[in-house]
Amino acid sequence: MILTFLTFVPLTAGVLVALLGPDRQKLGRNLAFAASLLALALAVALWALFDNARGGLQFVERAPWVPSLGIEYYVGVDGLGLLTVLLSALIVPFAMLASWKIGNNPKLYFSLVLFLESGLFGTFTAQNFIHWFVFWELSLIPAFFLIRMWGGPNRSSAAFQFFVYTMAGSVAMLAAFLALYAATGAFDFAQLAQAAHRGGLFAGHKTLATAVFLGVLLGLAVKVPLVPFHTWLPAAYTEAPTGTAMLLTGAMSKMGVYGFLRILWPIFPEQMRAWRLPLLVLAAATIVFPAAAAFAQKDLKRMVAYSSINHLGYCLLGIFAAARLTDGTVAWTDEQAAALNGVMLQMFNHGLTASALFYFVGLIEQRGGALRGLNDFGGLRQAAPVFCGLMGIALFASLGLPGLNGFPGEFLIFKGALQLASLTALCSIPGLLLTAIFLLTILQRVFSGPLPAKWSGWPDLTMGERLTALPVITLIFVLGLFPQLLTGVANPAVMQLLKLF
Amino acid sequence: MLAWTIYISFLAAAFLMFLPGDNPRPAKVTALLAALAGLACALMGVIQCREHAGAGVLTDVVNAPWIAELGIRYHLAADGISLVLVLLTGIAAVAGVLFSWNVETRSREFFALYLALIGGVYGVFLSVDLFLLFVFYEVAIIPKYFLIAIWGSTRREYGAMKLALYSFVGSAMVLVGLIAAYVVAGAKTFDLVELAKHSHSFPAAFQNWAFIVVFVGFAILAGLWPFHTWAPTGHVAAPTAASMLLAGVVMKLGAYGALRVAMTLFPIGLHTWQNTIAALAVVGIVYGALVALVQQDFKFVIGYSSVSHMGFVLLGLMTLTQIGLSGAVLQMFSHGIIAGLLFAVVGRMVYDRTHTRDLAELQPMNLNQVLPFAAATFVVGCAASMGLPGFSGFIAELQVLVGAWQTFPVFAVLAAAGILAGVAYTLRVLLKAFFAEGVVDARARPRCERISLPERAGALLLLAATLIVGLCPRLLLDLITPSLNSPLMKPLWKAGLP
Repeated sequence: MILTFLTFVPLTAGVLVALLGPDRQKLGRNLAFAASLLALALAVALWALFDNARGGLQFVERAPWVPSLGIEYYVGVDGLGLLTVLLSALIVPFAMLASWKIGNNPKLYFSLVLFLESGLFGTFTAQNFIHWFVFWELSLIPAFFLIRMWGGPNRSSAAFQFFVYTMAGSVAMLAAFLALYAATGAFDFAQLAQAAHRGGLFAGHKTLATAVFLGVLLGLAVKVPLVPFHTWLPAAYTEAPTGTAMLLTGAMSKMGVYGFLRILWPIFPEQMRAWRLPLLVLAAATIVFPAAAAFAQKDLKRMVAYSSINHLGYCLLGIFAAARLTDGTVAWTDEQAAALNGVMLQMFNHGLTASALFYFVGLIEQRGGALRGLNDFGGLRQAAPVFCGLMGIALFASLGLPGLNGFPGEFLIFKGALQLASLTALCSIPGLLLTAIFLLTILQRVFSGPLPAKWSGWPDLTMGERLTALPVITLIFVLGLFPQLLTGVANPAVMQLLKLF
Repeated sequence: MLAWTIYISFLAAAFLMFLPGDNPRPAKVTALLAALAGLACALMGVIQCREHAGAGVLTDVVNAPWIAELGIRYHLAADGISLVLVLLTGIAAVAGVLFSWNVETRSREFFALYLALIGGVYGVFLSVDLFLLFVFYEVAIIPKYFLIAIWGSTRREYGAMKLALYSFVGSAMVLVGLIAAYVVAGAKTFDLVELAKHSHSFPAAFQNWAFIVVFVGFAILAGLWPFHTWAPTGHVAAPTAASMLLAGVVMKLGAYGALRVAMTLFPIGLHTWQNTIAALAVVGIVYGALVALVQQDFKFVIGYSSVSHMGFVLLGLMTLTQIGLSGAVLQMFSHGIIAGLLFAVVGRMVYDRTHTRDLAELQPMNLNQVLPFAAATFVVGCAASMGLPGFSGFIAELQVLVGAWQTFPVFAVLAAAGILAGVAYTLRVLLKAFFAEGVVDARARPRCERISLPERAGALLLLAATLIVGLCPRLLLDLITPSLNSPLMKPLWKAGLP
């Protein structure tokens, strides 16, 4: 029951908070935060009870829902699901604290965040397409309103673009799954994977199979995003209020990567192999171009948004590189396992680091009176040493400094990719360099140099802000030094994925 | 029990007609009690007949001779399909009264006509005798005309007349076909079950013309493109409760008749015309959505969206697969609820307060601040209308698409594109009407009374219906799916299906 509980705690709390009277704003906010802590406790309990030694799904619950269509209520988690659930449960309270003082009907804001959280949990635990899709869409609506109602000056078009892009992807995916259903009579991920394993889902209809594959791919590629389907992202992340941007990048972007591993990899192995080359090229583009674009930005939030695309590009590089058929002479299993383990680490760690970065940029914006240009500041280290130190840690984690959490994931991805797809991996390396340069530029322009007179009174982090950042900063160190905490969970799931391929 | 849905409605209508005085309060209360009693009867009927319906058996309610010379009987019976639609009528009737709580002019007559309409609708869904069905069908048309012509708004005489003319042309076509079937069968009966037994012995040439005449006659009322033009103008002209009923149940009368009468009586004709009608349905889906996308009048958007959503019903019927048909019936229910909800927001919550439906005028009012409850209701209604999972429309349109994919894959793809256009127009109208922040003008913000209790109750009733069915579609599917094999539906499957 624990997974059902996990999914419905935020949903129920969200409804309750929304139903409170308009004069109970504070109560609503506190209630929402308590619910997110309860969800976090449940997720941690899940992690503690999870049996690392066992591959496959655990905590399974299933019940018929619409039997005539093969739709079930079917939840369960493996290592992949557990990591993403844990990540979401961590990010939501963090993001709530970042929005603690949000104005204009905070009760509604916090109840929407809870709906979004429920959507995330549902997506990461559902094992039947329709069930999964319910929650995939459920997360979209609150995200839309969070941007639309609490966003920056261009929130209107940003939210609209975000919604329409994602919805178009969703419809393509739904159509593809209808075709799958028509061919196999199943919506169940595992059943579909088995059918694919037994030799083709469409019995010789190559073009249809490809079209269906591309439909699903489109839905996921928009969500991650994969260049060239990323154009909604910079606007949405930049216009979103800080807390929402943290949710979008920390947790929602992982829905797409999760889909690649849960759906595309097991159900379409043949097509993944056939389309590997163009997909690798796009993954390299997703790494290099957004890094270059971030380099050219003058707005801190936009820079962080582009760097987010770049970091998810590594995940996609790892996945596509690993989608290589074992040829007779060399067994690639070790490299494939390295790359996929790297992807899972990267998902988790990017979630933490990127949301921390958005948090700090949000603090700069709040203190700077809505200014957040790269050149608006300087020398802040003198006025706010703790601020500088903590944001510096997040920046270094983001550029992949060994010893911090960003490193193991990117290392494993490149370790695998350099052998599985040498050329693409080599071409992606400039992306790493550019990332390093622009992240260091931020550090330099904002925190070093002479302190302008108007910022001389720049306040350092308050105790509340330090405590908010503390858990994430701690995790950045812990997971950098002990990546086995994550790989222990991830590795059995990776082995399972490789068996299915 | 089920028969009482009809009697209560007509008795209450008659009572209202003879109620002395012009005080609106007793009229409203009487109407609400009658609608609630109807809903209660419908619910009890569903519970009573559930097992029969689940086994695909027709439950006789009343079966008595009426005009013996012609073999006409007063025969009411229900299978799962009727039950679902009777339930829809009950819910829509209650919601309609709640959203008409502010009708002050000639309210006695308003509610009398309203209940007469409801009674007729219940009658159609329960009749097994074709003649009886036709009588109820006509009974339902006449009050509609008066409701629009007397209590309507924009171009009400035009809208009412157009709707009445379309309806009467449709009925005339239906009548011709029915009499022809009666004569050709030569069995001296109007009973659908009896006639259905003959349906495969009707000559093919006869079926080919009779089918299209009867089908189109009914489908006019279901908004079949290109005979849909009465729907947007009629919806816009009608008072709120009448638009709710028009979209909620009256359009379902057409789809129900098309399924129950045209398709089962003339299965060979059905196969001849199957592709043509499916093509028209798809045109309706896409065309309705695209036209809705460019409307400036709030209510026209919803009016055209009804044409688009009813296209899914007709497409589902034409798939001739179990899954497509059960999707079509579920979509009838789902659209009835959702369209009712959207019309209630537009007509009652917004128009009655702001006195405009022009999106350009609504934009600067920033209604999400002025009417938060209406905004929240409309957001959820829009999500349901878009067919987002978790709401009734999702499972319904999904089933239609799965069925269409099996029969005509190309149409399935086009219909899916129609869903996308649906997302676009729904989002557009939602943003323009409630969330247009860029052009907010504090002076334009109207002073509005708060959303009243009856409105809240009505909105919650409809929201609960679409959510419950969306989350637990088996409640209705367990009634619908077996009924596709009930004696009334048998001819559909005997026609040598692929």
